[in-house]
Order: sequence, then C-alpha cells, then structure tokens
Amino acid sequence: MTKTEVAPKSLCLNDIRIFRDGELLLELNVEVRPGEITTIMGPSGSGKSTVLSLISGFLPSNFSFEGQVMLDGVDIYQLPPSKRQIGLMFQDPLLFPHLNVEDNLMFGLTAEGSKAERCELVAKALEAVNMAELGARDPMTLSGGQQSRIALVRVLLSNPKALLLDEPFSSLDSGLRNKVRNFVYQQARAKQLPTLLVTHDQDDAALIDGKIIKL
Amino acid sequence: MGQALRTRQLMKTQKFGRGDIFAIAPAVMIFVLTVPLLAGLIGVLLPAFGYFPSLGGDHFTLQYFHDVLHVPGFWHSAKLSLWTGVATTFVSLAIVISFFASFWGSRPFQRIVRFISPLMSVPHAAAAFGLAFLIAPSGWIVRLVSPWATGFHHPPDWLIVNDPTGKALLFGLVLKEVPFLFLMGISASSQINVEGRLKVAMSLGYGRVWAWITSVFPALYKQIRLPVFAVIAFSSSVVDVALILGPNHPAMLPVQLLRWMNDPMLEMRFIAAAGAIYQLGITVLALATWWVGELVVCYVGRRMMISGERHQNDQIFRNAALIMMGGVVLVSLLGLITLLIWSFAGFWRFPDVLPTSLSTMRWMRVSPDMLWPALNSINIAVVSTGLSIALSIFCLENEYRRDLTVTSAAIRILYLPLIVPQIAFLFGLSVLLVRFGLDGSFWPVALTHMIFVLPYMFLSLSAAFRQFDVRYLKAAASLGATPNEVLFKVRLPMLLKPVLFAAALGVAISIAQYLPTLLVGAGRVPTITTDAIALAAGGDRRLIGIYATVQTLLSFIGFLAAVLLPKLLFPNKKYFG
Repeated sequence: MTKTEVAPKSLCLNDIRIFRDGELLLELNVEVRPGEITTIMGPSGSGKSTVLSLISGFLPSNFSFEGQVMLDGVDIYQLPPSKRQIGLMFQDPLLFPHLNVEDNLMFGLTAEGSKAERCELVAKALEAVNMAELGARDPMTLSGGQQSRIALVRVLLSNPKALLLDEPFSSLDSGLRNKVRNFVYQQARAKQLPTLLVTHDQDDAALIDGKIIKL
Repeated sequence: MGQALRTRQLMKTQKFGRGDIFAIAPAVMIFVLTVPLLAGLIGVLLPAFGYFPSLGGDHFTLQYFHDVLHVPGFWHSAKLSLWTGVATTFVSLAIVISFFASFWGSRPFQRIVRFISPLMSVPHAAAAFGLAFLIAPSGWIVRLVSPWATGFHHPPDWLIVNDPTGKALLFGLVLKEVPFLFLMGISASSQINVEGRLKVAMSLGYGRVWAWITSVFPALYKQIRLPVFAVIAFSSSVVDVALILGPNHPAMLPVQLLRWMNDPMLEMRFIAAAGAIYQLGITVLALATWWVGELVVCYVGRRMMISGERHQNDQIFRNAALIMMGGVVLVSLLGLITLLIWSFAGFWRFPDVLPTSLSTMRWMRVSPDMLWPALNSINIAVVSTGLSIALSIFCLENEYRRDLTVTSAAIRILYLPLIVPQIAFLFGLSVLLVRFGLDGSFWPVALTHMIFVLPYMFLSLSAAFRQFDVRYLKAAASLGATPNEVLFKVRLPMLLKPVLFAAALGVAISIAQYLPTLLVGAGRVPTITTDAIALAAGGDRRLIGIYATVQTLLSFIGFLAAVLLPKLLFPNKKYFG
C-alpha cells in the first residue's frame, strides 16, 4: 500500500487505462468525494461494469489496466477483494438463500465483538430501516423491494469505504424503483460514502446532483 | 486442469496464494486419472511380450500374441465383443435420440425424466439379474402368459439368457446405457438452446422430429460424443453383465480374459496379458467402426437436410420412440420388482405368476454373511466418492480463482479411464500391486474405484459450478469474506443439492464396480457386487434376489440422502424446497 496525496475518504481513479485482450477499452480519470454519487453511463460493451470490476478487484483475466485506484488515500490495487472495503450492489439483491435475513446481515459484519453485540447491531440496522420483524425470514419470501433494502443494509454493515452500484434498480418495477433508489441515495449520503453508479437509466442519474460520466 | 488448462492472462487484481491446495488439485487429478492407467497398461504390455520375471518370463517374445489367436473360440469371442460394443451403443443412442426428437419438452418427456436418474443409479449387475429373471424361460414374462396363452406347464427349453449370439447381453446393456446417454443428452441440451433451434426449424415448416434431427442433433451429438465413446468402450469390454447374461461357450473376450487371469496354470497370465492387448485393439476397432459410421451418417444426413423434405407426418416414428423408451423404463422397473419378489419368495412353482408364500427367512439367514461385504461396499464408496468430490471441488474452485478454462484436451483426460477398457489395464495394475505387496487390501481397492468415480464427479459438479451465479461470490468477497470463506460459507452450501446428487452418483458407480474390486482386491475385499456376481453361476434366485436388492438399495440410499439432507440441514428454506 502506498499513501499518496489525494483527498481523504475519496475514491480516485487516476489515469486509468483499461485494456481488453491487449486493446485499449477506455480511459478514465475521476474523483468521487465522500457522499457524492457519480454516474457512469454508456452503451453495452463500453466498459461501464468493467470499471466497477476493476475497483472491486474482479477484473477478468483477459483485461489489464494501467493507473491507480485510490481509496481513502490508499492504492488498493495490491489488496484482495475481501480487504478493499468496497460495498458492491448488483442488479439483483443476491441475498444468500441458505441464510435467513438476520444471518445475511451478520455475514456483512466483521468478527469483532461478541455474538450478542453483533446481533444487537443487526437488530438496530433492521429497525433503522423499519424491517425489524423480518430478521428470521427466509430472504426468498421477501418482496423485491425488501430484498434490495436488506442487500443495502448488509453492504452498509460491512463498513465499506465506498459504494459501487451496478444497475441496482433495473430489475425493480417503476413504482418500487423510486423508493429503493431514494433509500440507497439517502443512505450513501448519510454515511458519506463516495458512490459510483453504473446505469442505463437516465432517471437514475437525473435524481442525483453528482457528476455524470459518459463512456 | 494442469497443463491442459489454458491460462489466459495473469490476473492483475485478484491475489491468491500460489502454493495452496487448490493450485495442486489439477495435478493430483491428472495423476489419478493417468498414472494408474499408464502403469496398468505397462503392467499388461510387459507380460504380453513375455516379460514377467517372477513367472520365469525373462525375455521378450511375440509368442503369446500368436498363442492367443489359436485359443479355441478366440475369434468368436473377439467378434462378439466388437459386435456388442457397436450394437449396444447404436441401439441405446437410437432410442435416446428418437425419444428426444419426438418428445423434447413435452409431458411424456418430463415423465420419463423422473425415472432416468433412479435407473441410472441401479447397478449394472442388479439390472442384468432383474432382466434375467424377467426374460428367462421360467421368468416372469413367460409365467404371465402361461399356461393360458402358451400351454406351458413347465419352463420351455429355450436358450434366452446366455444365448450364443449375445442378444440378452445386448438387451441388458441397453437397459443401463439408455439412462446414461439420456442424462448426458439432457446436460448437453442445456448448452445449445434447443427451444430456439426447434422454433426456427419448425417455423420453416419442418415436422417436429425432423426439425429436431436437423437443427438440434448435430450440435447435441458434438457435446455427447465422448460419452458415446465411453459406452462403446464399456460395452465392448464389459465383464459383470457378460457373466450374468452373456454367452458362455465361448464367452465374450473380457470374460475369457478374466478366466485366464484366474487360471491355476500361471503360464496363462501371459496369454491373458496378450489377450488384454487384443481387447484394447478390439475396443479401438469398435471406436473406429463407429467413426466410419459417423462419417456415413454425416454424409447421408447432409444430403437429406438439403433435400427440402419437411417430413411433417412423423406420428409413426413418435409412437415407436415412445414404445421403445417406455419399454426400457418398464422392463428395468419390472426387473427390479422381480428381484424383490424373488428375495422374499417362499415356494414358487412354474407357471405361478406370484409365489404361494412370502418369507423373510432367507433374508435372516443370509444377513450375517452380507454384513461384511455390504460394509466393504459402503466404505469403499464413501472413500472413493469423498476423495473424488473433494478433488473435483478443489479443481473447480481453482478454475474460478485463477480464471482458467478447461480445454478439450483436459476433457479427454477425464474420459480416459472410461474409454480405455478396464480389463486392459486393471490386470496390469493388479500385477504391479502384487509386486509391491499392496494387493488385496482396502485402500488400493478404494483408490482404484476413485479412477472410475472421479470423471463422473467432475463432469457432474462442473456443470453446477459453471452455472452458479458468480455475483454471489463477488458479493460475499466484497463483504469481507476470504476466498475460503466464500467457498465454504456461500458456494458449497448453495450448491449442496448438486454436490449431494453428485455424491449419490459416485456412490452408485462405486457400488457397481466389479472388475476393479475383484482384480485389485485379489478376492480378499468382497463387496456386495462381487458376491452377487459370484452367485450368478449358482442360480439360486432367492439368494441372487437378496444380493441384487441390497446392491440396488445401497445405491438408492445415496439418492435418498441427496433429496432429504438439504431439507434437514436448511429447514424452511424455499431454495432447498
């Protein structure tokens, strides 16, 4: 890890050049400040999700890159995905179906503290989003909106330093989409997380006052 | 897998340890699949060429290859092996293909699918005994129509089972190979968008069957070609089913080889080794014959496809396909029922359809004798399946972690133990084990079973692992889980059902193994299967019924556990419902 001079708590992509099979796919230079939501838009195949894969540590092996991925002043390139403290949300909530809601949330917590303390943290988190009664439920029995909110709570409980959203609202119907979208944006701002959103949907971007990057 | 796997480009962002157990798993797998096989082939080749110092063979000679050719009945045995290999495969594939073409996606298809996995788990020997009890002159079929339709008050003097042309053997093998090819067909179909292809062809006016044959079959066959080759190799060199249903004088070549290997005259070991090399040649010839057949079908098929015929009137073909597939399922099930009835039968004279009394007496009397072989069967199955599952999971996890792709060369290595005839290398392997004092004990037998269980485990699990949504793994890792935590806390619990079904399949395959247990165990590691086949010559139907029923039950228990365990371990979870 190398400490460099960048704004504290920010997510910075410095002079990033991503190559697919040796060919240049995209170039990017962006700083996302704490609590700011930056949107990446572009047609299919333009490399939107690849940027998120790069930051989270899941760049496929036929891709390579140059540049620096800085989070909170640390170059996270050397770190494995589990140590990067990047919260990741996909198009689907991806709650683990073999665990109940409570255990899904516990999965996001670090092993610090006693089990009772950790259970209390989960209970508080559920209460904060008005879903206290759902702790023992099988995630597959929840509605789409509930699943999405639980997925975000799980991410937030893992204490991420940044949030990456890979079209997280596209599988929701329009009524639900607004609710979940507002909930996610509100939480990201409240926790002062630098957030990068990849989307096809103009509405997702329109509701944010942050930067929009078109690939 | 090892060198056969192609590393695309070293991942720049994912950092995993290099010396971990996952990294060496592919090398271990290649070792298990190839080294015993190569050692076994060398162990056959040397005595075949006269080199077997402990038996006085200290110089190389071609004499034994010459001698085998002059053993009475050799050519007939060889022809029988060749014919059985090709004909079994042709008939089994024809039944499966015609049924797929006629009923893919329909209700009859779904109904048959329900029976296929359980039938696949039935050991070859049990299926063969069941068929024998059904079609023998004193079997259930003749009893059902006697005396009212046939006038028979005594079993007719017909040679149905063990007939010299091997028809009963062929029928018995078809009963087992149809479920195998059926399952392979289903697995392959999931990779080639069958529905889309059918829609396009049928929208062009092609009849359902012809649409499937022209648009789906070429792509599907490409996927199942190696399993088809495995069927050819197995059928041309099968021993257990041939001992039960095959001709005796002369027997199929692999049965003759087994007799020579066990001959009290030690010189016959040289003849057996040379014969094993001929068996290898016969299997290669059967594969070559099939390959020529492929070329002919390809040429004729292409001409037919561009002829413009739509073949919309295919009802007769569809009826025939349904009768054939239904017949296979029905005969298999009836065979198992017959085994069960015989195991409990009291007095049962011909031509009574059912025994006059049922009794558990025989079961009670035999149970103590069965305990040790049954425990051996279970222990060997658990060890070979457990190791195979672990190795397969480590290999597949290694694939994911290092972003590797299994190449076609690696797939060929997987099929190697299934395509090289067992008898051609197990004899050599057993000779080597004797040389090092390792024969006749539990671990060599269990590890030899692993050679045959491992390919099925890997193929079965690889489909489940590759279809798994890796975003779950990424989500877990981004929540702070280490790669091992991701594997053991997320991936494996979510794949519990396919892992358990693969394990059940592995147990069934291990339980059914006859030749590896017999040759490597040197007769000192009896299992239910070796004991059941040893009973074949005795003809005590009640005893055979008991052993074959136990053999089948042991295989079924694995599948039962695969169904029940996820529900017990994860109660009230819809995912496992």
